[in-house]
Amino acid sequence: MRYLPLTPDDRAEMLGVIGAPDIDALFADVPAAARKADLFDLPLHAGELEVERELAQLSAMSRPAGAGPFFCGAGAYKHHVPATVDHVIQRSEFLTSYTPYQPEIAQGTLQVLFEFQTQVAALTGLDVANASMYDGSTACAEAVMMAQRVTRREKAILSGGLHPHYAATTQTIAHAEGMEIVRQKAAIDAEAAVIDAIDAETACVVVQTPNVFGVVTDVTRIAEAAHAAGALLIVVTTEAVSFGLLKSPGEMGADIAVAEGQSIGNALNYGGPYVGLFAVREKLVRNMPGRLCGETVDAEGRRGYVLTLSTREQHIRREKATSNICTNSGLCALAFTIHMTLLGGTGLQQLARINHARARELKAAVEAAGLEVLTPRFFNEIAVRVKGSAAQLVDDLLADGIVAGVPYSRLDPHAGLGDVLLLCATETTTSEDIAALKSALTRKAA
Amino acid sequence: MTMQNIGRPTRPEGDAASEGFASLTGGRGLLQDEPLIFELGGWTKTGVDLPAASEDASDLAGLTRASLDLPGLSEPEAMRHYVRLSQKNHAIDLALYPLGSCTMKHNPRLNEKAARMAGFADLHPLAPVATAQGALELMDRLAHWLKTLTGMPAVALTPKAGAHGELCGLLCIRAAHEAAGQGHRRTVLVPTSAHGTNPATAAFVGYSVQEIAQTDDGRVDLADLESKLGPDVAAIMVTNPNTCGLFEREVIEIGRLTHAAGAYFYCDGANFNAIVGRVRPGDLGVDAMHINLHKTFSTPHGGGGPGAGPVVLSEALAPFAPAPWVVSGPDGLHLVEEAVDEAARAFGRMSAFQGQMGMFVRAYAYMRSHGADGLRQVAEDAVLNANYIKARLSDVMTPAFPDGPCMHEALFDDAWLEGTGITTLDFAKAMIDEGFHPMTMYFPLVVHGAMLIEPTETESRRELDRFCDALRALAATAKLGDLERFKGAPHLAPLRRLDETLAARKPKLTWKPEAELA
Repeated sequence: MRYLPLTPDDRAEMLGVIGAPDIDALFADVPAAARKADLFDLPLHAGELEVERELAQLSAMSRPAGAGPFFCGAGAYKHHVPATVDHVIQRSEFLTSYTPYQPEIAQGTLQVLFEFQTQVAALTGLDVANASMYDGSTACAEAVMMAQRVTRREKAILSGGLHPHYAATTQTIAHAEGMEIVRQKAAIDAEAAVIDAIDAETACVVVQTPNVFGVVTDVTRIAEAAHAAGALLIVVTTEAVSFGLLKSPGEMGADIAVAEGQSIGNALNYGGPYVGLFAVREKLVRNMPGRLCGETVDAEGRRGYVLTLSTREQHIRREKATSNICTNSGLCALAFTIHMTLLGGTGLQQLARINHARARELKAAVEAAGLEVLTPRFFNEIAVRVKGSAAQLVDDLLADGIVAGVPYSRLDPHAGLGDVLLLCATETTTSEDIAALKSALTRKAA
Repeated sequence: MTMQNIGRPTRPEGDAASEGFASLTGGRGLLQDEPLIFELGGWTKTGVDLPAASEDASDLAGLTRASLDLPGLSEPEAMRHYVRLSQKNHAIDLALYPLGSCTMKHNPRLNEKAARMAGFADLHPLAPVATAQGALELMDRLAHWLKTLTGMPAVALTPKAGAHGELCGLLCIRAAHEAAGQGHRRTVLVPTSAHGTNPATAAFVGYSVQEIAQTDDGRVDLADLESKLGPDVAAIMVTNPNTCGLFEREVIEIGRLTHAAGAYFYCDGANFNAIVGRVRPGDLGVDAMHINLHKTFSTPHGGGGPGAGPVVLSEALAPFAPAPWVVSGPDGLHLVEEAVDEAARAFGRMSAFQGQMGMFVRAYAYMRSHGADGLRQVAEDAVLNANYIKARLSDVMTPAFPDGPCMHEALFDDAWLEGTGITTLDFAKAMIDEGFHPMTMYFPLVVHGAMLIEPTETESRRELDRFCDALRALAATAKLGDLERFKGAPHLAPLRRLDETLAARKPKLTWKPEAELA
């Protein structure tokens, strides 16, 4: 077997050194009833060619986003990733190293994490970012639990514009810790309703911008209301490219910003792995979950980096840790950092403007096809009202080779918004794609 | 000496001066000293050529940001920057990486290639399911392999890492207790040797944690367990093989006692590599177990993630598994994204989408490559290699549990260093100078100055011998009192020992311009 270096002779000699008669002797502690003498009922080993062929066949059974006109967003976004990114993350030294617990021989990973933290802090307009979470949705849940630790209050208010999967994840995980999670009713411009719900028991309010319907909101007033009540404002962003154009969460008064970082450096991957961004104001650092990389010096006074403030973490604090998180998204954070370094601030701003321009073209096309656009202020996503079922429309347009977006009902079947379709355009969306959608929608309406 | 609370020195000791040759520029040969990107200029530079875009964002008046100060690099500069940084890392592809409990095995590149196939990588999580049949089929096949290998009837694929899987398992257990009117059960029993994530996860779910004592031979103390099992216990969390690298001989009795007390048996599957293809956790009475695909099934660790932690579940817990999951219908596979079926009582959702698809592809490619026969050989070679290391080092170091075989990892304590003035940390850092990554240190907590060595099955006899020879030479030198070799170690790494105390006392977590620092 190609992954196993030991030969039968090696095995025999090594058993001799150990002083064991056979391999079974090394499994002597396994209860006899649980020892399996026979092979399991699964196929036998296969060569690289055969396995690659099987995987290629499976891959061919799906239709990739790049195969034609494609308008899905709603938490994951199709962007172009420079070839350099995927090359560098496959270098052995990055791909096959462990968590940098031995900093003397992990400075590569550590310096990247320090750069990542600095980039994320700048993008979100906050002081400090951690070294990544699993994804945006779990980062959101962690932020809510962090607000409980900071405020010692139990109630979290989730805006009706928060991605329903983020709300469900937060409800599952934060509720497990005993928090009261108040999910507001889904609505296009849901943010206005948040302020009225804030009271003296509120630990935090969670607001997404651009929200799941694509609406861009200035959350400054929500921040003021939250702070006046002693609560924290958590701002969620699912489309990280929007940081290139929109006011940052920090600028608008957020205490914690969480985001899905997939858009920068990472492929769609059918939902994972992604990379959660998590940034806070300086004074909240010691309540943060996850790994943090910090600058220090070595024994000769040279600058270096280490994982730090680990007394917050599970491997030191055990049941008193700020989170149970251990593994994070190191390699996805590396991809994010390299892509962000290639873009630079100016490149990201340019990319964001292109995304916005494509979405404006999309909006005009959809309106020309006779659909009502519901999103008043958007970045690169819009919600539209269709005649009848949005899910049915998506199915119908699939016959034309067009993936026409995400029916809102797929995210939340109980909201009574079965006629709402979420559409997204990015720099990968061409004018031809938009024209094809427009003509299909027009045909459908006729 | 500055110590962490587990007795690990956090600042360098002894004479810090480095003797020897110095270059004229301060460089270290081909090992480049590389600044941060923020010090490489490029505040208006970009390495990406983008078309012109409309400057018009008038519809977003008052909502746009004034500036974004982040440097960019051209493609050649960026390439050089990150390749130089990469060279400061140790990696499995360079040498044996004996981190106990982490299963640092070879990462096959076929898996990388497969994960990048367009039907997996360029697939949107909310794409219509009719366009995602290949991905769903792969998830279904992966689930079949995981269920067959563990002898368990169900699996929740979505957890994104081991600790996330633990959380998923405990939430299933809590939901099952609540459904049975047993919601008052609020205690989780955890052995003192457990991974830190176990008590952290239990506390996360709102359970109180009680420790189970360990016997002198490194196993769960059955009498102590029995005395603590009661009507308030929701679950036990036991790692098997355990963190001492030993199989819990009484595991079936542990399961029986637990079930008799009305509690569930959660198994931490971090060490599944030792038994894959030979022993099924389902035959041991386990109710839930996470599987770290990034350990047993070779998906790369990537400098700290991403991982994947699917959880296999018993009949009793299966109905409570979180959304989404894959089901088969007359017109193909479907994704159930919300529990609507009466029989399904999903406790909720672990994350936004379907889990770590990229890791599913890699793990499946690995399983298919090995097959039923190869996976059994994986466990056997992993255990053989660990026992070989234990045999070759036991006369110069002190094994924590000398009697009987170990499983896939060999645990030593620091008794053999007594009187030398050298700590486990010093010894481990000296390994770096010999070209090896240190073993896991000071874990498990039940062994003083623990050194936990897990070679995995992907090491050749030659590499194992090279490793054992290096450790034997170091051990001999330690006993001769060559303090500086150890106290000053590493001498030959990109950096000398780092000051962790300073980093924690004055946290500097982002780069700031000189002006702001002043």
